[in-house]
Amino acid sequence: MVGAGMSPFGMFADRDSKDLFLQAFQEMLHSVDRGVDPGDIEALYLGNFTNDFFVQQSHWGAILADTLGLVPRPATRIEGACASSALAFREAVFSIASGFYDVVLVGGFEDMSKQATEQVAEGLALAASPYERSAGFTFPGVFGAIATAYFDKYGATREHLMNVTIKSHNNAPLNPKAQFQQTIQGIMASRAVKAKKKGGPVPEWQDEKQFLGDPQANPVVAWPMHLFDCSPISDGAACILLVGEEIARSFTEEPLYVAGLGQASGRALHAAEDLTYFEATRRAAQEAYGMSDLTPQDIQFAEVHDCFSIAEIMHIEDLGFFKPGQGYQAVADGLTRLDGPKPINTSGGLKCKGHPVGATGAAQLIEVWEQLRNKAGKRQVPHPDLRFGAAHNLGGTGGTCTFTILERR
Amino acid sequence: MEEQPVSDYGYQQYLQEEKLMGSRCTACGALYVPPRGRCSACQQTQMEWQQMQGTGKLAAFTSIAIGPPFMIEQGFDRNNPYCSAVIELTEGPRVVARVEGVDARQPEEIQVGMRLVARFAQRAVGDEVTTSLTFAPV
Repeated sequence: MVGAGMSPFGMFADRDSKDLFLQAFQEMLHSVDRGVDPGDIEALYLGNFTNDFFVQQSHWGAILADTLGLVPRPATRIEGACASSALAFREAVFSIASGFYDVVLVGGFEDMSKQATEQVAEGLALAASPYERSAGFTFPGVFGAIATAYFDKYGATREHLMNVTIKSHNNAPLNPKAQFQQTIQGIMASRAVKAKKKGGPVPEWQDEKQFLGDPQANPVVAWPMHLFDCSPISDGAACILLVGEEIARSFTEEPLYVAGLGQASGRALHAAEDLTYFEATRRAAQEAYGMSDLTPQDIQFAEVHDCFSIAEIMHIEDLGFFKPGQGYQAVADGLTRLDGPKPINTSGGLKCKGHPVGATGAAQLIEVWEQLRNKAGKRQVPHPDLRFGAAHNLGGTGGTCTFTILERR
Repeated sequence: MEEQPVSDYGYQQYLQEEKLMGSRCTACGALYVPPRGRCSACQQTQMEWQQMQGTGKLAAFTSIAIGPPFMIEQGFDRNNPYCSAVIELTEGPRVVARVEGVDARQPEEIQVGMRLVARFAQRAVGDEVTTSLTFAPV
């Protein structure tokens, strides 16, 4: 990995996927220390979930190759729900490892905000199983149900989910690309100011958890998932340049290497082995650890797919960072904070950085890139020698999971 | 009853007759609800239908305040949420279905593990009446 760039994540009424991807692409080109001639890019692998539905436009591979001026390079669009661009990354790695290509562009993008919230929810639900959809499940509903099974098995409560939200909101303001730029404390203060201006009663919350427990401030979406447990509707794009290992140093002194990568498929919710973990995450992690000869202890920090707060707790268990049933306590103890022993979602995560679904997998890898190259600014993991970071991406209700370990040598 | 193809279509046809049916692998005995025409455990394709008792317990649930358009059309919203759930059948397999007869406005009162029984719900869509699987407390 020798280059990376991403657009800001947010809701942009005046910018579409072409605009955002072009910005990510330009930033990627500038990030290559010794420069890259765009004409040397041999192929494009692009992840996108359902712009077909969100903006009624398909065939994004060719459209973006044309937008970037890279015609006639082959461009392949890959769909794996919210894991689309991690799959694109993996296919690009294979294309180089096979010896077929030397310089390949990986991208991801999604344009979600042009639709009303109900339509976005309907579009996202296309990645659920037909059984789940006919039973009335939404995505927050599926993760809400999973949370009740986890609570019942391990004794966790809503308060433990709040710890994840508070942490994500602490990290996000340190990331200039993040959709949300306020801590929970900051949001509480602005709401109080707003109420005062309106002349209404000024809410008084003792602390962040009281705010998050206030149904006015944090309404239920699908019990026990509340608004602040859910990742937002986002637009965004991310772009990565991968090259063959033997030529990497002609692009930069500091390339990152793919130490291991795994991908696995999982079953529909009703057929899951168990409702308190994701089988496909465990398998993908096993594959990546095996390939890299690394263990969960070797991974110094990670981005995990926190589409909902409960998901982050399950992933840090499934990836082996904490034992099953102990993830929620680890978060409560601060172990996953930016300054903790195992920082998780330093970017702010999907919850706060934003979740333009097709861009998420690539954007997670870009956070790992910035951290490993000591370019993460105010949210830099305070460790003198970062060597291994990883990203976990999940599609649907766990139907597609990936785990990718990057290494700085 | 008429033998149906082992598929989602066949499953739905049996639901129309108010029967909850699964498929059992004649080779290894694995049981699937909804049915599978091919056994995921042993890869054999000789499956036979088996009727479920229609009893089970709540394995996981949610109370949904913001539903998909077809639920909103039925009158569900923030003030009138509904409960969707994973139910573990007495025979072992789990299914997903709506749970009625619980107060979705009071999700704290709904308990994982509570005993449930199948209820077949009819809904008219245009000229057709569709039967769907729901559950209710015993």
